[in-house]
Amino acid sequence: MPSPWFSSPADASARLHEAGYLADADTSTTAYLAGALEKPLLVEGPAGVGKTELAKAVARATGADLVRLQCYEGLDEARALYEWNYKKQLLRIQATNESSWEQTHDDIFTDEFLLTRPLLTAIRREEPTVLLIDEVDKTDVEVEGLLLEVLSDFQVTIPELGTVSAVRRPFVVLTSNATRELSEAVKRRCLFLHLGYPDAEREREIVVSQVPGLPDKVASQLIATVARLRHLELKKAPSIAESVDWARTLIALEIDDLTEDAVAHTLGVVLKHASDHERAVQELKLARR
Amino acid sequence: MTLLDTHIGFLEALRSAGVPVSLAEGLDAIEAVAVLSWDDRETVRTGYAATMVKRAGQRPTFDAIFDLYFPRLVGDSSARQPDDDDGAVRDGPEALEGLRDRLAEALGSGDESALQDLATEAVGRFGAMPGRGPGLSSWSAYTTMQRVSPSDLVQQIIDALVRSGLTEKEAQRGAGRRLGRFTGLVEGDARRRIAAEKGARHIADVAVRPTVETIDFTAARRSELEEMRREIYPLARRLASRLTKERHARRRGPLDFRRTVRASISTGGVPMTTHHKPKRPHRAELVVLCDVSGSVANFAQFTLLLVMALREQFSAVRAFTFVDTVHEVTEHLRPDADPGRVMADLAASSAHAALWGRTNYGRAFNTFADEYADALGPKTSLLILGDARSNYSDLAEPVLRELAARVRHAWWLNPEHPRHWGTGDSAAPTYGEIVPMVECRNLTQLGAFVHDLTAR
Repeated sequence: MPSPWFSSPADASARLHEAGYLADADTSTTAYLAGALEKPLLVEGPAGVGKTELAKAVARATGADLVRLQCYEGLDEARALYEWNYKKQLLRIQATNESSWEQTHDDIFTDEFLLTRPLLTAIRREEPTVLLIDEVDKTDVEVEGLLLEVLSDFQVTIPELGTVSAVRRPFVVLTSNATRELSEAVKRRCLFLHLGYPDAEREREIVVSQVPGLPDKVASQLIATVARLRHLELKKAPSIAESVDWARTLIALEIDDLTEDAVAHTLGVVLKHASDHERAVQELKLARR
Repeated sequence: MTLLDTHIGFLEALRSAGVPVSLAEGLDAIEAVAVLSWDDRETVRTGYAATMVKRAGQRPTFDAIFDLYFPRLVGDSSARQPDDDDGAVRDGPEALEGLRDRLAEALGSGDESALQDLATEAVGRFGAMPGRGPGLSSWSAYTTMQRVSPSDLVQQIIDALVRSGLTEKEAQRGAGRRLGRFTGLVEGDARRRIAAEKGARHIADVAVRPTVETIDFTAARRSELEEMRREIYPLARRLASRLTKERHARRRGPLDFRRTVRASISTGGVPMTTHHKPKRPHRAELVVLCDVSGSVANFAQFTLLLVMALREQFSAVRAFTFVDTVHEVTEHLRPDADPGRVMADLAASSAHAALWGRTNYGRAFNTFADEYADALGPKTSLLILGDARSNYSDLAEPVLRELAARVRHAWWLNPEHPRHWGTGDSAAPTYGEIVPMVECRNLTQLGAFVHDLTAR
């Protein structure tokens, strides 16, 4: 059976490109594999290199809908999987005083009182779905256990209703900033992709495609400066997202030549630490203001 | 060798190099390459990497082994230079000069594929060594680099880079990076050739460098030190977030009765969820006493940097360096300081820590007890860093015992392998009896120790 997602790495690359995401060979091959093998894809890398964007682009490129689970510390089953609508259940019990206990018991644990959360929603959907589990490393370890059933068998067990299996397997993308080592069990079930900073050529294409109207000269100056900044030892190296922000800033300020002065005035867009700023000013020999 | 043999051998080699590949991941890899086409080597590499490598740090090791089992080319480069056909000598001063010219050009322009071809050619021409048996030959990256000696070309490369609009300093760094890249390619090609003759397995076992996290501080190369330094901040961030998380997990304090009852109103007075009062965090003060003599300087700087990056985990941090006399360096380690600058400052301040120039633990402990005794208290943890090699001088054990008695916990981190403790002038066993001594030779061990320290 041909894969419902992409038909080949080249196809993945072309369609992601159409969706506005410029993927390198590694990324498009791995995205194709994730679709073809129906395995979840774990994307790791520094902030702002386009991990979340990749999931969105897959959804756009394949015409699927995106279901997003944003992870955070303290995320639990009730927020990730499903929850019973207690208030509505109480109302039902109070409203039907006459009926027997068995009757009520059966009544209140039905679909009507089930609040589905992202994971269950993604599994029950019949249309093509991209499930984005964003920043998995932010959750507690217990949530990973919960993900395991979903990721390996694409099913969720609800004690009162039974097991809900996926009608149609979603394309799962997990993203992580690697602030925490994920458990072996989760990694074992996923394909792994490390997204790093792109090379100058690709970054230039990305910036130009995201920021139309950027003069060629400024684009090359900007890419060169960002590359130089990344080679310094900074606490937070500028990411693609920040290069794009910078390009937008330059357009807004109508700067058409990235002189040292212009860099010094707008450096705050790309560097977010005072010490990084100091270092950059020193290394790039910018005039102190 | 069949494809299956190669696959199994590749898996085995990865496992013994410290990349844990499970049976199931091996099967996934086969499934993955089955849906990919075999005609592009990089696609196959990506397929294998996506299924088997699960941490970014393992990728260089994976790539090196992949290159051994799925070589880029077999035998010599097919991209022969036209002048080879003129009957020119393959090895000789003219050939060497020609190669160096082309190399300088490629390094100057940063042409990746030309560099790769040149590396292959260089090893093929100048890296051959006579083998042990008749008809056997071997290849050496070292010999190649000695003969080609690309470091003489540095000035040319710098000039080329400066012409392309970089500053002098950046050009130097860029030239260094490209030379490093070329060295890596030459090493890779020598490995490939030896693997072709002796079997990939043999080379995977002896010639692949371990990942950065497991390299000894004292045995690291320059480029690896830089890479390790880049690892320090991510490591600190990982540690810090793990620590807060662990603390949160244990945070459930006593029941907050008011909140629980108020929350139960929405469920008709049934307390569906209970609310708890938060626990007050407990944070320790830390005093670091750090040997900065030449033999352990690298290790000391890494540890100090990591401790500083983690300073939010402690309520107060003070740091002292010593060789034979003690010098306080706390003010260099501001949390917003730039790591490169801090390293330089620490190196400069080690001059203050040496009056006589030879490591003397006894004298250092005495000075510390005289001048900075107020730094220690019942809430303090004392951390001593050093190899405990005191040049056979007085060890001042009573002073150390007294210092250790005044603090809550004391530890000694030793960057030497335990089998060297007690040999020569090492006083590790003596000091180890007073203060618990922990082996700490690489980033993994350092991270694990700091984690234990702050979790206590």
